[in-house]
Amino acid sequence: MEPKKIITREESFGYDRKTLDYIRNASAHGLYEIRGMGAKRKLPNFDDLVFLGASLSRYPLEGYREKCVTKTILGTRFAKKPIELEIPITIAGMSFGSLSANVKEALGRAASEVGTSTTTGDGGMTQEERQSSKTLVYQCLPSRYGFNPDDVRKADAIEVVIGQGAKPGGGGMLLGQKVSPRVAKMRTLPEGIDQRSACRHPDWTGPDDLAIKIQELREMTDWEKPIYVKVGATRTFNDVKLAVHAGADVVVVDGMQGGTAATQTCFIEHIGIPTLAAVRQAVNALEDLDMKGKVQLIVSGGIRTGPDVAKALAMGADAVAIGQGVLIGLGCNGDTYFKDGAHHSAEKDYAALGTAPGFCHHCHTGKCPVGITTQDDILSQRLSPDVGAKHLKNYLKTLNMELTTIARACGKQNVHHLEREDLVALTVEAAAMAGLPLAGTSWIPGQGY
Amino acid sequence: MESLTFDLAQQALRDLNQYLHNEAKTASVKKVIVANPDGAHNIAVGLDCPVDVEVVGHAGYYAGGMNKTATVTINGSAGTGVAENMMSGKVHVKGFASNGAGASAHGGLLVIDGDAGLRCGISLKGGDIVVGGSVGSFSAFMAQAGRMVICGDAGDALGDSLYEAVLYVKGNIKSLGADAQIEPLTETDISALKELLSAAGPAFAEHDPKSFKRVASARSLYHWNADANQEY
Repeated sequence: MEPKKIITREESFGYDRKTLDYIRNASAHGLYEIRGMGAKRKLPNFDDLVFLGASLSRYPLEGYREKCVTKTILGTRFAKKPIELEIPITIAGMSFGSLSANVKEALGRAASEVGTSTTTGDGGMTQEERQSSKTLVYQCLPSRYGFNPDDVRKADAIEVVIGQGAKPGGGGMLLGQKVSPRVAKMRTLPEGIDQRSACRHPDWTGPDDLAIKIQELREMTDWEKPIYVKVGATRTFNDVKLAVHAGADVVVVDGMQGGTAATQTCFIEHIGIPTLAAVRQAVNALEDLDMKGKVQLIVSGGIRTGPDVAKALAMGADAVAIGQGVLIGLGCNGDTYFKDGAHHSAEKDYAALGTAPGFCHHCHTGKCPVGITTQDDILSQRLSPDVGAKHLKNYLKTLNMELTTIARACGKQNVHHLEREDLVALTVEAAAMAGLPLAGTSWIPGQGY
Repeated sequence: MESLTFDLAQQALRDLNQYLHNEAKTASVKKVIVANPDGAHNIAVGLDCPVDVEVVGHAGYYAGGMNKTATVTINGSAGTGVAENMMSGKVHVKGFASNGAGASAHGGLLVIDGDAGLRCGISLKGGDIVVGGSVGSFSAFMAQAGRMVICGDAGDALGDSLYEAVLYVKGNIKSLGADAQIEPLTETDISALKELLSAAGPAFAEHDPKSFKRVASARSLYHWNADANQEY
């Protein structure tokens, strides 16, 4: 009797289907993959922490009635005019170029309505953005695209960008499809080229130089505007210390879950450390220098929900910045877009990109099916500033409501009173990275019992 | 009052810049003299009016940074990033310039009588730079627009990853950077050289424009290319 033929399906752990696809793609094209969004791999994150709400040993506040302060002040160290925000949730830097002008306007309008700040990106400041944003942070990036003294003077704060969580050590990218005539003019580049931004600043090379650069920006603005320094999370403890020594008013730490509109996948998934680990290192650095509360800390990279915000604040952040979550709030990866008073399916456009709603990371193509990460005249009409601003305002309000609800449950009248003692970790990895005890124990891995 | 002197041995840099940002716009003072700079950083940064500033001595980092319309003359040498991000006006260094001179300048004219260090004209975005001496390695790195005239020699990797900026070199080029190439000098180039050398001053006008080489982008890195051997 012939033995029954069996098709074996023992998948290799090292050469799983994803790795096979990677090798086939590399063999076919000779180029690394470039894509949008942040790290897709599973990482320890804020979901691995929980709050210890009030009970007998702590006294809670009434969740719906009692006042809980969310006012946030950034840049108190040297600036004559610190930034005052109504909520500790800010909009992260995203460029005009990666995003449409409509989106930049929507960000500004929503942020202004809820009393928070927006941030420019690698491409300069647009008129729409400045006009719609009550509080606008102007980035000074290695590329210096569109960077000019008039806009420095128009800004409310300056953010010197050293790195980005999605690509610490790398520069920005904007592929030719998105280098429209307007984008090209703002960046002084030929239209339609595949633009690669510099990864190093052109006029300084180390922390000692950075101190002088920051002083230049202060002199330039007559010491009025706060100077932020943004670092991608890697050697965060040392980087935060160096930023403080260089004279930063505010340090922004962007973890590896931070999004991007176009970066090599090898960067996104393999360079940098998770936000959870970076927050603790950043706070440790500030405490080590006795600068906690004197230099403010903004944390970004994978902040999605109100609990994420609350946990970042409890770990020691003064505020958070959100990029990818904001875009999803605007409709990123949605199956429809809203135009002329009706919802329209975007499924065919996702399919044309070889993807589907919920899986899209094709910001780099400029063919965003819902009109967010595009410079295409027709596609960009799929998101009006009115609709975008409304959705984003709702999203930010929801996060703030969740934040205050959690703070009250922990007995805090001010969200900035949340503290590490309010948190425990659910996994050993998260406990070790965050420097928090494993739930139900007093054990902090690496710190004894 | 035609001129006003700020003595940095006695007065704070903040007072100087505050004056230049505010009173200088309306005052009758036409010239501001900066005495005893002693290598101070950030002298005359962020100017936004057509005032003349003369620095009597050496300046530190970022002298004349982000200049608009002003004329800043340094009667000495300048530190890193002189005239960085200049938008218009003129900055003249009568001595030598350190690294990153004219970095990211969008407009205006930077003249350096002596040599310039590493990365002169890096990220240039439309400004003009004329260097009487030589420039260090990685000069005009990723320069996007504008013109740079080098009357001496150029170091390694000149014009690496150039976009649309054009470089003119009279002396030797140690090496060209990725995607930079030497191209024939055209009548337009000769006219541009005459204009730039003349604007830089009488000593520069003695150079024969025809004795310069033109360096520009081969534009082979403008688009992703699987056959480019990972030069980018």
